Amino acid sequence: MSIDQQAAVTKTGAAVTVRGLQIATTSGVPVVTDLSFEIAAGEVLGVVGESGSGKTTVGLSLLGHARRGLKIVSGSVLLGDQDVLEMDDVALRRLRGSLVSYVPQDPASSLNPALRIGVQLREALKAHGSTSDAENTARIAEMMREVALPDDPEYLRRYPHQLSGGQQQRIGLAMAFANRPRLIVLDEPTTGLDVTTQATVLATVRDLAAAYGSAALYVSHDLAVVAAVASRVAVMYAGRIVELGPADQLFESSAHPYTRRLVGAIPRLTGSRVLVGIPGHAPSPGSRPPGCAFAPRCQLHSPECDEKVPEPLQVVGGHTSRCIKALEVVKLQAVTPGERVQSPRVDSSAPVLSLKNLVAHYGDTEVLHSINLDLEHHECLAIVGESGSGKTTTARAIAGLHRDWTGSIRLGDLDLATSAHARSTDVRRQIQYVFQNPYGSLNPRKSVGETVGQPLQVFGIASGREADHRVAEMLEQVSLSASYARRYPDQLSGGERQRVAIARALISSPSVLVCDEVTSALDVSVQAAIVELLGNLQRELGLSMVFVTHNLPLVRSIAQKIVVLANGSIVEYGDTAAILGNPQQEYTRHLISNTPSLETARMEAVELASEFGPSHALHVTRSAGI
Amino acid sequence: MSQTVAAPPLPESADTKAPSGRSSTLLARSLRLWRSRIGVAAVALLVAIAVFGPLLAPSAPDKFVALPNSLPGTSGTVFGTDYLGQDVWSRFLTGGGEILVLAVVSTAIGLVLGVAIGLISAYSRNAWDDVLMRGMDVLMAFPQIMLVLVAVSLVGPETWIIVLAIALTTAPRVARVARGAAQPVVERDFIGATQAMGMSRLRILFGELLPNILGPLMVEASLRLTYSIGIIATLAFLGLSGNPNSPNWGTMIQQNQTALATQPWGALLPIIAIALLTVGSGLIGDGIARAAAGIDRERAA
Amino acid sequence: MKRLRGGGIPGFVLRRALLGMLVLFLVSVIVFAATQALGDPARAILGREATPDRLEVLRKQLNLDQPVLTQYLSWFSGIFHGTFGTSLASQLPVGDMLGPRLVNSALLVVCAAVISIPLSIIIGSYAALRRERKFDKVSSNAMLVLTALPEFVVAVLLVILFSTTVLHLLPAISPVPPGHWPWEYPDGLILPVATLVIAVAPYVSRIMRASMIEVLETDYVEMARLKGLPERTVLYKHALPNAIGPVFQVIAITLAYLAGGIVVVEYVFAYPGIGSLLQDAVVNHDIPVVQALAMIIAAVYVILNMFADIGTIIVTPRLRTRL
Repeated sequence: MSIDQQAAVTKTGAAVTVRGLQIATTSGVPVVTDLSFEIAAGEVLGVVGESGSGKTTVGLSLLGHARRGLKIVSGSVLLGDQDVLEMDDVALRRLRGSLVSYVPQDPASSLNPALRIGVQLREALKAHGSTSDAENTARIAEMMREVALPDDPEYLRRYPHQLSGGQQQRIGLAMAFANRPRLIVLDEPTTGLDVTTQATVLATVRDLAAAYGSAALYVSHDLAVVAAVASRVAVMYAGRIVELGPADQLFESSAHPYTRRLVGAIPRLTGSRVLVGIPGHAPSPGSRPPGCAFAPRCQLHSPECDEKVPEPLQVVGGHTSRCIKALEVVKLQAVTPGERVQSPRVDSSAPVLSLKNLVAHYGDTEVLHSINLDLEHHECLAIVGESGSGKTTTARAIAGLHRDWTGSIRLGDLDLATSAHARSTDVRRQIQYVFQNPYGSLNPRKSVGETVGQPLQVFGIASGREADHRVAEMLEQVSLSASYARRYPDQLSGGERQRVAIARALISSPSVLVCDEVTSALDVSVQAAIVELLGNLQRELGLSMVFVTHNLPLVRSIAQKIVVLANGSIVEYGDTAAILGNPQQEYTRHLISNTPSLETARMEAVELASEFGPSHALHVTRSAGI
Repeated sequence: MSQTVAAPPLPESADTKAPSGRSSTLLARSLRLWRSRIGVAAVALLVAIAVFGPLLAPSAPDKFVALPNSLPGTSGTVFGTDYLGQDVWSRFLTGGGEILVLAVVSTAIGLVLGVAIGLISAYSRNAWDDVLMRGMDVLMAFPQIMLVLVAVSLVGPETWIIVLAIALTTAPRVARVARGAAQPVVERDFIGATQAMGMSRLRILFGELLPNILGPLMVEASLRLTYSIGIIATLAFLGLSGNPNSPNWGTMIQQNQTALATQPWGALLPIIAIALLTVGSGLIGDGIARAAAGIDRERAA
Repeated sequence: MKRLRGGGIPGFVLRRALLGMLVLFLVSVIVFAATQALGDPARAILGREATPDRLEVLRKQLNLDQPVLTQYLSWFSGIFHGTFGTSLASQLPVGDMLGPRLVNSALLVVCAAVISIPLSIIIGSYAALRRERKFDKVSSNAMLVLTALPEFVVAVLLVILFSTTVLHLLPAISPVPPGHWPWEYPDGLILPVATLVIAVAPYVSRIMRASMIEVLETDYVEMARLKGLPERTVLYKHALPNAIGPVFQVIAITLAYLAGGIVVVEYVFAYPGIGSLLQDAVVNHDIPVVQALAMIIAAVYVILNMFADIGTIIVTPRLRTRL
């Protein structure tokens, strides 16, 4: 882009213009490199990236802030004609919370536990010169109404821990918009919230940004969420923006192979497609290759890619891509989700696992009320629900990890004891469990070989050479090489860790595999690869699987049957395609409609455009002048 | 990544991160810090004096060599004589062994007991946890030196009661640290995975849990050793060691304290020794703690 | 404890007080049982050459000829009457011996606490604010070295420095003649108090630094800065209220630590307090005195902890509102 064009953009009135931003660790390792973008007033720019891409670091730099261990090296963040990065401490203080405000990822830890929420809201106003108590009170009441919270003094006297997660996040939004900022930075504000709460928070963000004419930077790892809230999207990979453009163009005709693969990795509610993950993992700062950082994982990789970092290439007006083959990539067919999932042959003569009248307690509270389920041979049954629905408790009861239950769980024709401890070795061998967080489920002090081989030893299946041999074989089966046996968990990426955990579960040839939210701690591209692996293993080994998840679209790509749980009871239970395609219960319909997805986002974008009329469309075209 | 860390060869690894998890690495990394090196050097010097000192002593520690409180140089003495006319340098060289052995033995017993109690308490998460920790609270209601003094008052300054009392007062403090470190580990899923496999409780506690809290335990061990040395020296200083005229650094300080104005070396020499020893072991502990914090930071990044 | 809820703060105080009494009762049982379990006190006192007659007399004096429970009850009721039995060495009621010495020791402890608590809170917090900078590095290293030194080493070094060898400014010992009070001899207080401060302040300032750093690294302090609040407001309104909880614990730890430290300090400086009395009693096997002092120090510790817990609860809304 030429200097003239830059000047033109600034003149057309971008609320914020970022140029050549470089951020590095204090020891000099680059974290964010050569970043340029602008956001128009009233526009929401989405920044998408997987973990370690530098997206949060970028968000904070717009407030002139760098976390401990990082420093902003060069570049400019122009807000009107002021450069945020040139400001001294006093000017920064005046800027933060008034012209530029921030909504953090975790509202629970970002609100001060020792101060009442009213006090925290008021000080945001007071710090920026609004000293009249009466005016502030009125303004706080107005903000509380705008984020759909009660505005009575009694409510404002509460402490943060007396609010729910969604309420806390809405306080965060109220605080951020209190001084009518020109720019607002939102750092994954809906991560950790249930879909219903997420939907309302997203709507609030969109409405407030439009109503106040604030430019917004929305940072997220979730493409569907970004698609729902942003009109333009920047995709980050290894500290650079690799693609930038209008949301619909970017998702429909991606001009960068990474974006293309990322979109392909997103599970969809419509149609059961095989998810295709991206092999390998993103390089960490300090080990980034000299050329295109995505090249090692790219199918279109050619020698020129490794020579130097590609410059942004204009695809069409306002749509750029850092790929030397961008014009080829964009001409490829519209992003195709993988082929249709082939259903395994389910044997429904007798269930391998059946739950009858399962009632579970946590202390004095009943958390599961009479659950009845059957798992057929070679079948994958998904248990879905929001947090607190009892889905994980069900899974843990099956594995004997949650002991406080009554009713019956039968494995074949065997009644199971409540706790794993009381079950026979063979039962424990037959039911294997994969945990949610691969960072917690592997002992950091044990090598991969020891971890995967442990069941062989505990169940007395094999030892010595024979065990080593089986471990090597199992590692190959989960697409890791046998040499991984000598590594330790902290040398592995999240996806690799989860493969190790799956290898540990499968090495004893179980008849039932229980997967508890096994992808929720992973990036989208890695999630797709893990689901792909589980699907293949299910078909090859004839596994019977219980797949617990809160991610509704994911279910389509893996499970043949689905059970929807809410507050410890079954809402709906049956064939996946039937229930997701034609839900009979209000709750299921509600869940589906609140789930953000690329398809629904596109429809809403159209609605939004008609709602705000031409002026909104104008923003989009104006800001597209990169 | 630095190459000084002993790591298995990783031909295919994309990220050659050091296997920072293991305790051998923790010690190796802490030795890169100056404070640890100084600490190790100080402790090594004092241990060498305690071990080889008796062989190098120019005269028997209880032999009258010159008039009491003679200054250095008198009758060939290096550091003069003490209040009984015995050679200060010889008594200094022979006076370290007792303190070191007693401190190491009592700390070791306390560590083993404390770790066992702490792990069981963290793992059981039920009434046992409450009962054990309340018991520890009661034991900790006394300052350590108080309980040791009470024990000594009942039996007399016997070696076994000193060791036992220090071990029993060290244990609850270690238990509290072990429990605190183990509690978050118990919540992690790899413990759940071993439970689902039906692994025995003993193996979970010592095979799975223990290796994960070695970092904080090593820090605590060196801290406890520092305090044990201090208490044993203090007891001798208060006139409560087994043999009142045995050459013991603590006893030497007590005996020669009154002559500080005229012949300071009789007290100064053992004071320097004890100070170096406790500061050295304190520095080692701090080095380990800093190395562990460094590893945590890298992991979080 | 978990199930016993309700009653708000008074309810909590009541439960905490009852628990404290239970702990003290257990301590009294342990102190008493230790006397019984570890052999024959009469023989320990008189040594191996004691004649049977003398042993018999002493056993009577110690009530050792009566049933264990009776012995315990008579000792236990003595605690409430403040008599604590009769000293074997001086033949005086233990309670009478304690009075002035308690005052003397309390004076030392209070002086040391008044100096060391604010000092360590200031040093610890300031080091946390200047983390990894010069002040922090210098103070942290100094504190580390001082923490490791046993009290008597510090005491003797101070004596060498200020009284006997290098300078001759202050008295090397601080005796107080009977019938007088230590504040009549302020010179003599300086070195004992200084020793206690040096023994306890480094330890406490390290705790304070760690807890302050923890608070400064929280998301809500970062958020307060990103809201554009003045640094003063961030520190005093956002960081401090959350760091103040630990401060109560810090005060309790300081005072409890001092209670142990006085044994050595009073001995070095020949200061007539309960610490030197304890050393004396231990050397002379004066068991009633040892028992009495053990109970008093345990009681001080339990009460301090109770106040610390109550203080922490009151300043922490998250805990307070759950009562």
